[in-house]
Amino acid sequence: MSARDERGLSAVLLSALFFGIAVLYLPILVLIGYSFNASPLVNIWGGFSTTWYTQLLHNRQLLEAALLSLQVAVSASSGAVLLGTLAAIALVRFARFPGRLLLTGMVNAPLVMPEIITGITQLLLFVSMMQLFSWPHRGFITIVLSHITFCAAYVTITVQSRLQTADRSLEEAAMDLGASPARAFIDTTLPIIAPAIISSWLLCFTLSLDDLVISSFVAGPGASTLPMVIYSKVKLGVSPDVNALASLIVCAVGACIVVAGWLMARSDRRRALETQLAARA
Amino acid sequence: MKTTWRPGRWLIILPPLIFLVIFFLIPFAFAFKISFAESAPRVPPFTDVISFTADHHLRLALTLGNYRYLLTDEVYGVAYLYSLRTAFFSTLICLLLGYPMAYAIARAPKSAQGLLLLVIMLPFWTSFLLRVYALEGIIRDNGFLNTALLHFGIISQPLRIMRTNLAVYLGIIYSYLPFMVLPLFATLEKLDPTLLEAAGDLGSKPWRAFLEVTLPLSLPGVIAGSMLVFIPAVGEFVIPSLLGGPNQLMIGRVLWDEFFGNHDWPVASAVAIAFLLLLVGPIAIYQYYNVRQLEA
Repeated sequence: MSARDERGLSAVLLSALFFGIAVLYLPILVLIGYSFNASPLVNIWGGFSTTWYTQLLHNRQLLEAALLSLQVAVSASSGAVLLGTLAAIALVRFARFPGRLLLTGMVNAPLVMPEIITGITQLLLFVSMMQLFSWPHRGFITIVLSHITFCAAYVTITVQSRLQTADRSLEEAAMDLGASPARAFIDTTLPIIAPAIISSWLLCFTLSLDDLVISSFVAGPGASTLPMVIYSKVKLGVSPDVNALASLIVCAVGACIVVAGWLMARSDRRRALETQLAARA
Repeated sequence: MKTTWRPGRWLIILPPLIFLVIFFLIPFAFAFKISFAESAPRVPPFTDVISFTADHHLRLALTLGNYRYLLTDEVYGVAYLYSLRTAFFSTLICLLLGYPMAYAIARAPKSAQGLLLLVIMLPFWTSFLLRVYALEGIIRDNGFLNTALLHFGIISQPLRIMRTNLAVYLGIIYSYLPFMVLPLFATLEKLDPTLLEAAGDLGSKPWRAFLEVTLPLSLPGVIAGSMLVFIPAVGEFVIPSLLGGPNQLMIGRVLWDEFFGNHDWPVASAVAIAFLLLLVGPIAIYQYYNVRQLEA
């Protein structure tokens, strides 16, 4: 391949890449623009205004839903990180155990399972459990349990890939020096996978905060999460305060993701540097 | 390690295993059971499939009526076919758009790759519902696109995109494009560039080298990405509900309406089980390639 072909190819590729990125971002940018529109009519620009943002603060229904969503997201991502990390350790460190194939399947399947199926099947589980054990009452607890189920998969996959590349010689050295396996793992390997754990917590937080379909099924009559309230508002038609709310959420979630990505990248660089130094020493 | 950690091992394996069995696997058994029940005006709104009679005999009350209903009422067949067709063509378009994007990232300098991946992933992690809503702001009759086109005099009548097939396609492609790019990038990144150089040195034209070297080697990524788009797209609810009209009847919407509109839980369960059976093949393909890629 000559240099000329190479350049031609990359120009086409680059324009495809930038076209794709533009398509992904344009609607979000337009939405943020609308949220500062003083006019309640979407197609007329009535000047710059923050009215819709101040209105949000007086909307009790939205604030309550936001509080519930935040509580669910914090609980669900913490639970998911715990279970997902254990699953990742099991899958990477234990080559053979009964139920390994089952665990692999159950970790990967939620990633592709249509939410509507997960939602309805989990509701039927909760309803049947309620009949048998009088627990759990539909609401906060059932939403958290179902969010843990689909979030754990993302944790396992993120932590798994980090754990696979982690060097085990330090851990083995610690054990040779008399540390128990658990102690050795906590002191040597845990710091290496910590960025993956923290960033997957942030990812779970955003996934949980965003979920509409599964929550709608398992929430029961009393509880409404933020996406459920937004969906019913959007379904009724355009409302300018949703633009403001959506812009706030998009920016907050975006910030979480950038931090998560930055954490992962920084630890990658630091590790690369350490390997270089170690090689030189 | 294996020998010293025996008892501790199960402390690590069992919590996620038990949790996922209870909250992911067993729910399907309940859905399967309830798909044979009958709708009833009580709480929960269906009859008992398994019960004990007064003289302690097990009683099974199964009905195939729900499945028969799926076969006779043509709404379900139409919705299944429409969902499969929509998901198929959306996946194809995502592949055509996503492949060059993934290829460009894979060939970008290593220092830029992380940033580009983040830029692609950022919309994926930011609220799905809100992105569909944002897209509506672009394509609705008085939305950004029509306002801009009318302003520049390119069209004289607003384009009607909302509540059409096109709106559903745009919604799925817009929402699921990042799912396609990531697995494609993962395989293309591992591709050895010397293979392409070798093909070039042996006189192969770039497009032929692409067709005979790059494309076959990136097939696992193509399949993984396609499944990651296709399977959730078949069951999509938010997109046809917000962007589509009454004709864009996808199976996710039918299930939702059966459940929340008609409160017929047994029929909704039967729809879910029948839907799942259709997806077993694609999910198995995805798992197969996924496991292979993880082990590679």
